[in-house]
Amino acid sequence: MSRYVLRVGALGYLTLLLLVPVGFVFYRAFEHGIGPAWDAVSSQQAVHALELTLLMAAITVPANTVFGVILALALVRSRFPGRGLVNAIVDLPLALSPVVVGLALFLLYGRGGWLGGLADHGIKILFAVPGMVLATMFVSLPFVVREVVPVLREIGTEQEQAAETLGASPFQTFWKITLPAIRWAVAYGVVLTTARAIGEFGAVSVVSGKIQGRTETLPLYVQAQFEQFDIQGAYAASVVLALIAIATVVALRVFHPREETS
Amino acid sequence: MASSAAVLERPAGAASGRAGGALAKGVATGYLTLVVLLPLAALVWSSRADGAQAFWHQATRPEAISALKLSLGVAAVCALINAVAGTAIAWVLVRDRFPGKAAVDAVIDLPFALPTIVAGLTLLALYGPGGPFGVDVAFTRAGLLLALLFVTLPFVVRAVQPVLLELDTEMEEAAASLGAGSLAIFRRIVFPNLLPAILSGVALAFARAVGEFGAVVLISGNIPFRTEVSSVYIFGQLQSGNEGGAAAVSVVLLAISLGVLLLIGAFRRWRTRHDV
Amino acid sequence: MRVIWITLLGVALLAGSATGASKGGSINLVAYSTPKDAYGKVISAFQKTQAGNGVDVSQSYGGSGEQARAVAAGQPADVVALSLDPDVNLLVQKNLVPKNWAANSHRGIVSDSVVVFVVRDGNPKKIKGWGDLVKSRIQVITPNPFTSGGARWNVMAAYGAQRRAGKTDKQAIAYLYKLFKHVPVQPDSARAALQIFSQGKGDVLLTYENEAIYANKKGIHTDFRVPKATLLIETPAALTKRGSSKPAAKAFYRYLWSGTAQKAFADQGYRPVVKSVASGYHFFKPPGLFKISSAKYGLNGWAKVNKRFFHPEKGIMAAIERSIGQ
Repeated sequence: MSRYVLRVGALGYLTLLLLVPVGFVFYRAFEHGIGPAWDAVSSQQAVHALELTLLMAAITVPANTVFGVILALALVRSRFPGRGLVNAIVDLPLALSPVVVGLALFLLYGRGGWLGGLADHGIKILFAVPGMVLATMFVSLPFVVREVVPVLREIGTEQEQAAETLGASPFQTFWKITLPAIRWAVAYGVVLTTARAIGEFGAVSVVSGKIQGRTETLPLYVQAQFEQFDIQGAYAASVVLALIAIATVVALRVFHPREETS
Repeated sequence: MASSAAVLERPAGAASGRAGGALAKGVATGYLTLVVLLPLAALVWSSRADGAQAFWHQATRPEAISALKLSLGVAAVCALINAVAGTAIAWVLVRDRFPGKAAVDAVIDLPFALPTIVAGLTLLALYGPGGPFGVDVAFTRAGLLLALLFVTLPFVVRAVQPVLLELDTEMEEAAASLGAGSLAIFRRIVFPNLLPAILSGVALAFARAVGEFGAVVLISGNIPFRTEVSSVYIFGQLQSGNEGGAAAVSVVLLAISLGVLLLIGAFRRWRTRHDV
Repeated sequence: MRVIWITLLGVALLAGSATGASKGGSINLVAYSTPKDAYGKVISAFQKTQAGNGVDVSQSYGGSGEQARAVAAGQPADVVALSLDPDVNLLVQKNLVPKNWAANSHRGIVSDSVVVFVVRDGNPKKIKGWGDLVKSRIQVITPNPFTSGGARWNVMAAYGAQRRAGKTDKQAIAYLYKLFKHVPVQPDSARAALQIFSQGKGDVLLTYENEAIYANKKGIHTDFRVPKATLLIETPAALTKRGSSKPAAKAFYRYLWSGTAQKAFADQGYRPVVKSVASGYHFFKPPGLFKISSAKYGLNGWAKVNKRFFHPEKGIMAAIERSIGQ
């Protein structure tokens, strides 16, 4: 009985908050048929935007994943002063509105900024791909860490200690004991990081310079289409992003087929 | 490996492992510094550029305080709703069986992958004036909350799912066979194990909700003292040339958010003090 | 493995886009978002001229204030086209645009427009003049003048219209207080405002004529009225110091006032500033048209108006915003 109530409640919430809006996005994209939707996303500008978005993800996701696992291990398994503070700082990037992220990056890398001199030596950070990557990394930093930390705490250190007494090196312990135990956490962390990396608009918009065909990611393209009254094109491009996010989860299923627990 | 050989081998292996671990930690620290700390430091530094008095003045302007209170309040409500709903959804996705479950699981992250303008447009079209359900929460605090719930949906769900997947059901089964009701089992056995994950997700949801701009700016109405959140206020100050004011309010918001995150961490440690 | 390929592809893309070295040189245009279509046409036409042959033109479009700030932070720009003078003046202050940028025959103004009322089909509430906006239960949509620089044209049009009707400065300001009590939501940009209006909120939308015309062209139906007394919106374009040293940039800048370019702006709904082109289009001439420099109506140019009305703390508009919320 309670299982039924829970299911109805959870699904009802999801329907109103998730399924209907997502359905709406698909509906608006394909309202006038697949042809116009395809045209909207196959223009040179859109294709370049997609490529740039994938590039952002290809750099950001592995970097944040590796970093996330290392930091999670450090936060849970070692004791160092300021551990609680570092734990809280990891989440902080999310609390900044994109305008402020852009402002902070301008203050750091812009004209007259602390590292503004880099531009004078030909190292372009802002208004080029490196700045966009930094912004994307900034806003998608916490997810792998946050996913892995609770699971690391949950599984405890027994198995790892046992492996160590049997003579395994720390790397072997990590690779054969720890990593398999946290693989779901890492996987979901990757899913979230990827979703944020491909979907991020605000911060990337500010630091990219919005240069058409050169520093325009797919979310920026979506915004540009909205501004030009091409709402259908905006929705069509959003569907592409949605499909990438869905593909990430599907890939998860394929590589880690789930054992049913009940 | 024979145990005597292992005793001799362990120190060397451990030392290089420790060196490798130290290198990894060094790289991680460098990464954290470059990507997060430096920009934050530049922001904090710029907010003090006009002096402490100017900082305080900008941070305590009535509109700023009102925007801060609204952002923090709505983010807190959003995080709490997520704690309950997210856990329920994760539970249903892991433990329950129903047709289309895999499809639902695949789209949980979409609020995150969709650009915020699309999120805003969609919610406005569905739950605003002229929406198909006859519901109009646009330009109210309820609409603001709705937009935030949308963009923070994945956090608690995805935080709890992996823990549920790894959870050993032995204790629950034992308790059930001893006659415990499902609610009691949840409260005493499952929930304590999920709490750290729930708090993890709650922290993320709170942080995101506090800083959200794109998804809320369309549906909230931006009336000062009523529906103007901090992110919009800060944007307005920046657009009007008040960079110092924008930085000051950003830093205050950041500091308060840090405080809340630290509190959540402390709460977790208190509740799970038997564990690591 | 796939990651490596994508990264290599990305590096290749980067390398390809970074050079941009064409035989004619390259120029960077940084503009506000609305005239994107027009500039697209202007650039294509320019590249067919002798001066523009082989010139690579990079284009960036975004909110006027944000674009100005980006250029101030170092975004390469040779020609900037923004939505109001103060945004250009920010760049003058930062020493990126020469002080005499407006010293040409059109004072640096590349196109005009006017503030208009967008109403529901058939104008059921019979909104014709500024007085109708403050009638009971009329809801007015306008973007927030602090987040949207362009919305300041709306406010000053309202103020100026009152002054033109003979009201004193004090009475005109009182009108503004009244007007904003009728504003239920303040979207962050003009585009967002039009979106919200077309979804059913409000009885009248204050916007720019070119927005309304362009929206119509793009399939978003708008029925707009030009009030008898309204403000002339003048959108500037400037050659930056960086651009001044590039012959191609100078040529492009001059080209903005050519017949072809002005026609491109007109086709998107702007009022051309070159008389010979303007005569080919039939824009409604409001009898009570005034400018931001119409001193007799209390409008003393953007520098003074900005300080008096839009200072984030002490401005009249800041006080008005405080009053409607509290």
